[in-house]
Amino acid sequence: MQAKPLALTILDIVSVIALGVSAYLALVFAPTELVMGDVQRVFYFHIGTAWTALLGFILAAVFSVIFLITRDLKWDRLQVAAIEVSLVFFFITIVLGSIWARPAWNTWWTWDPRLTTAAVTELIYVAYFMLRQGIDDPDRRARFGAVYALVGGISAPITFFAIRLFRTIHPVVIGGANAEAQGGFNMTADMRVAFFFALFAFTVIFVDLFWNRIRLGDLQNQVEQLKLTVTM
Amino acid sequence: MANKSNALVDQSMNADVHARSKETIRPSATFLKAVSAVVWKDLQAEFRSRELFSAMLVFSLLIILIFNFALELDVKTRQSVTAGVLWATFAFAGTLGLNRSMAIEKDRGCLDGLLLAPVDRSAIYFGKVISNLAFMLIVEIIVLPVYSVLYNTNLFQPGLLLVILLGSIGYVAVGTLLSAMSVQTRTRDILLPILLFPVVIPVLLAAVKASSGFLTGSELADVLLPINLLIAYDIIFIAVAFMVFDSVVEE
Repeated sequence: MQAKPLALTILDIVSVIALGVSAYLALVFAPTELVMGDVQRVFYFHIGTAWTALLGFILAAVFSVIFLITRDLKWDRLQVAAIEVSLVFFFITIVLGSIWARPAWNTWWTWDPRLTTAAVTELIYVAYFMLRQGIDDPDRRARFGAVYALVGGISAPITFFAIRLFRTIHPVVIGGANAEAQGGFNMTADMRVAFFFALFAFTVIFVDLFWNRIRLGDLQNQVEQLKLTVTM
Repeated sequence: MANKSNALVDQSMNADVHARSKETIRPSATFLKAVSAVVWKDLQAEFRSRELFSAMLVFSLLIILIFNFALELDVKTRQSVTAGVLWATFAFAGTLGLNRSMAIEKDRGCLDGLLLAPVDRSAIYFGKVISNLAFMLIVEIIVLPVYSVLYNTNLFQPGLLLVILLGSIGYVAVGTLLSAMSVQTRTRDILLPILLFPVVIPVLLAAVKASSGFLTGSELADVLLPINLLIAYDIIFIAVAFMVFDSVVEE
């Protein structure tokens, strides 16, 4: 077994510190929003997790294409890592959004395009893991996973566009028309610091978890290989 | 000139060597032939057993019956929910058909036989899509008049029929690809709807919107957007499935 790379250990520590600083900036440093009050502070982490989750899903779709062309199982492990981390991050996004929506929209949930797309996307990638679980052969599991991640990755944006045919109430925070009425707001300089630091922090955390998960996948793969040699 | 005569020589040589030279020279002809062979096989098997068709039809009628109690389909509700009831029915009945049509292939190793055939594998995909689409359309063509009679609504409008055709194409295009995957897993009986429904939501959404647009007699411009979306979805997913079907069936 290879030892844990030093860079990864450092990144682990950096991400914990980044999370701590980001929490301080969001909860203490940033000024309280005038209309919504303290609940608006959820927004920093909401965007942070959402952006990294979407990044992971897009990466996963790219990895599927590369895997289907090269048929190298390495890309499959990258894909699983990206989707697994993103699935958790996206779930956090949805929960945080709900917490914010309760006072802001007076409801936990509404069938608006972004919320619906988020729910559908989450279900697509849950289905992805259910598909993988039902297959024993690693090669076939990788192929089917790649195909489904590709189909899901194309379908999710179309879902978003399709629901856009209806009216939306999700605030377009930056530069959206009619944003004030929907719960959008303008950021002060301090808010901006907290916002961009949250984006940065969650990107670091994402990369860290992603890297750890890839390493786990590699180790799992090695264990499987060793088991095969023992039984043979 | 030289090219042409070379081609001629090649052609005559081929004719001597292979008995089926015409097919090797025109690949598009063999492709269509392979597609129609798969379709013909499916239709013939179904025509003899009628198990898939009857299951889908009875199941659809039962769903409509359940909706009758679940939604209290009185005159006022009917106007707003007819399109939704229809598409929910088609979606549920559709998974039944898709699952069965692929399970038959898997059960007795028929799929392996199909894969051994010296034709492009996408021909098998398109053959399956066309036969699945045929089953679905036949069921829909029977469900529509039954619904019209039971709920006193005229569903025979050319616009609505077009929407049903486009929606079914998109549904079957993705469904055939995913059912080819789901039958090869351990959880094959339950997996297909879980894989399929989140991915076909754009189809159902656009189809319901366009259908209810036609049923309530809205402006053409309002229905055009969902119809365009259906067409775009159909084209995108037929292309994607065409490209990846090989990796789904290879051994």
